[in-house]
Amino acid sequence: MEGDAELQDLYREVLLDYFRSSTRKGKCDPADLRAHGINPVCGDELEITAELKDGKVNKLRYAGHGCVISQASAAMMAEALEGTDIPKAKALVASFKKLMLENDDVKNLPAELEQLASLEGVRKYPLRVKCATLGWNTVMQGFEATK
Amino acid sequence: MARLDAKKLREDFPILKRLVRGKPLAYLDNAATSQKPRSVIKALSDFYENHNANVHRGVHTLSEESTNMAELTRTKLAAFVGAPKPETLIFTRNATESINLVAYAWARKFLKAGDIVLSTEMEHHSNIVPWQLLAAERGIVLKFVPVEPDGTLDLAKVKALLAEGPKLFTFTALSNAIGTVNPVLELIKLGKAAMATVHVDACQWAPHRSMDLKAWGADFVSFSAHKMLGPTGIGVLWGREDLLEKMDPFLGGGDMISRVTLEKSTWNVLPYKFEAGTPNFADQVAFGPALDYLTAVGLDAISEHEHALAEKARAILEGEGMTVLGPSDPKKRSGVVSFNVPGLHPHDVGTAFDLEGVAVRVGHHCCQPLMHQLQCGGTARASFYLYNDETDLEAFARALKRTLEFFKVKPKAGVR
Repeated sequence: MEGDAELQDLYREVLLDYFRSSTRKGKCDPADLRAHGINPVCGDELEITAELKDGKVNKLRYAGHGCVISQASAAMMAEALEGTDIPKAKALVASFKKLMLENDDVKNLPAELEQLASLEGVRKYPLRVKCATLGWNTVMQGFEATK
Repeated sequence: MARLDAKKLREDFPILKRLVRGKPLAYLDNAATSQKPRSVIKALSDFYENHNANVHRGVHTLSEESTNMAELTRTKLAAFVGAPKPETLIFTRNATESINLVAYAWARKFLKAGDIVLSTEMEHHSNIVPWQLLAAERGIVLKFVPVEPDGTLDLAKVKALLAEGPKLFTFTALSNAIGTVNPVLELIKLGKAAMATVHVDACQWAPHRSMDLKAWGADFVSFSAHKMLGPTGIGVLWGREDLLEKMDPFLGGGDMISRVTLEKSTWNVLPYKFEAGTPNFADQVAFGPALDYLTAVGLDAISEHEHALAEKARAILEGEGMTVLGPSDPKKRSGVVSFNVPGLHPHDVGTAFDLEGVAVRVGHHCCQPLMHQLQCGGTARASFYLYNDETDLEAFARALKRTLEFFKVKPKAGVR
């Protein structure tokens, strides 16, 4: 619908692009990090796998079905975390969660998370925030387990 | 001619006047819970303002009033569902607790390792998990009647599984997730002929269709007040009197005893044996006017009305190339329409509908095994009730159109 401002505010074009993209969809095999996340609200499942090398996230993939928000958020996360060292990756997860859960200003987002500002509109829909954070919570579980 | 004037009934439900995200509310989530008429809301505040006192205790005036008012609901309910005696109706917190009561107080006493409990793949989690807990604890064998691709049960498969001699057959009368109406009487008859104890989950039946427990001939039936215009916090378990008598209590404490010494206690009579502690008597009182309301409108008129709306919603969806779950035969369908938008996740559908003021439920509807069998992660579900009308259908059609246009959905592109 042309000019559907409400839907456009939530589902920004960049989100829909990441949702449709399959660049980082799939699984790393073998994987150094493997984590399984479930959103209890909808039962959606997400599997995050990653190759870790020399303390860095070399490659990160997400697999599973989900809504536009959870899939796009996971795709942007995979892009942002690839190539960063693990402490930095964890700090990025914390920054993103601060944006979503504590209503932090998008201006405070680190440069690596620039695209994630597109999820700003989700904060008006508290139940959907869980969709946006699913991938991020899952990758954190993975980091904790590989310690 | 319409036997029910929804436009007039809507006046009795204050919440239907509110706006959601700037649009008039189109409440199509009745399978999750129903809205409440003013008479129910007033009964609750009147009770607290004028009659509140604990039941079955004091000899003072208020206690006597509150006891009588709470018990009046049980008497009304017995007439409403055709229970042989009011005391065979036990008030619980919700239908989930009713089913757990059967699992704890009946199954734990009378089933042993190796005994079969037969359920179906169509069930709500609350009619699966209590039996899984029992299976893990007692070595009971849990089996399920498969659901057919059209969302129905095949009676030949039911018979074959019943021939294995299950001790309990527990099934839903009407699917909350996809709206299939099961042949309840026939299923009960088959279960009884196979010598099984039969429990019926009637949560989606009791608010919409008349039932006569005497004619049904089941052993246990569960449902809850909040889906039938009543308050939350009131579930119902009906049980056959002789079974209830033979069972031990579910919870121990006040109200459920007749005599307590430090060595031993004896149990109170039905239904109080199963209503330990201070019951939810205020909501029990407010459930009464809900039953009056349903009786005045008439369940036959209600099911006819909501079925007609649901069939129109189905036609709108199918006209746009959406996938509608459940049987295609209208006679096997209820006021529930569960659907998928090709290529779009139900949560995105739910949010887009909400922006149009349309409340639909999205997800697995607490029926993950059923969703798995039907090969979808979840659905969007519209469920109609007596106060829904053509304006709700129009809002539904607008919301669908808006969703399809915004997400550029190509009909018949196949569901994910």
